[in-house]
Amino acid sequence: MADPMRIRAQAAGGNATVRVLMAHEMETGQRKDASGKIIPAWHITDVTAKLNGKTVLTAEWGPSVSKNPFLQFTIKGAKAGDKVAISWKDNHNDTRTDEATVS
Amino acid sequence: MQTRRDILKRSATVAGLLAATGLFPQYALAAWNKAAFDAKTVPDAVKAYGAAAPTESKDVTITAPDIAENGAVVPMTIATSLPNVKQLLLLVEKNPNSLTAKFDVTDSVEPNFVTRAKMGQSSDVYAVAITADGKSHFAKKEVKVTLGGCGG
Repeated sequence: MADPMRIRAQAAGGNATVRVLMAHEMETGQRKDASGKIIPAWHITDVTAKLNGKTVLTAEWGPSVSKNPFLQFTIKGAKAGDKVAISWKDNHNDTRTDEATVS
Repeated sequence: MQTRRDILKRSATVAGLLAATGLFPQYALAAWNKAAFDAKTVPDAVKAYGAAAPTESKDVTITAPDIAENGAVVPMTIATSLPNVKQLLLLVEKNPNSLTAKFDVTDSVEPNFVTRAKMGQSSDVYAVAITADGKSHFAKKEVKVTLGGCGG
């Protein structure tokens, strides 16, 4: 199981800015190890964000998103106390979901 | 005469077209658009999402540093002020596979995303906005990657 995400959601002017820091290796599949063998790709493929259980954002990512990915986006109409849940899935079908409250 | 490069290029285009029409059965079910992420060029990746070739637009913006000292972590902001945008793509032209990320824009989120991407070498980076009518608009910016981490 992967490490938890760090999520910060702040309400401002009727919207909420959400910042997420995920813990993931994001191996590209281009690098080689010391013995010259290619290290297989291992990266997040799908990201979903939900506000109070309703999907507001879906994203597809390739291996060229940086290690321990950062994502910032703005949810319209979110206010303090709302629940933001972020989920990711990687190409090993590993998933993780973390939740934060808009402050 | 056909060179290997020509053939590869053509097969990527065909793959893009097939994906666009949903003729790739093994990918049609999977949420992740493999054809788009396998595409080697910016237009091919956009085509894989079923959009027309992108035209440059001032309503799409991409913000990235002029010089990135560390190509492994390059912060990028993509945004658009166009109406009816369905998808926003972030691409790095000279990476082995151009497409970095695709965001589905809904009514509930601002079409404005910040993330960090890896860059193998100095390249143009693209933000592409695909609208509901299948048109696509892009903005690009050149980012120089300093190798070796010596800052020069």
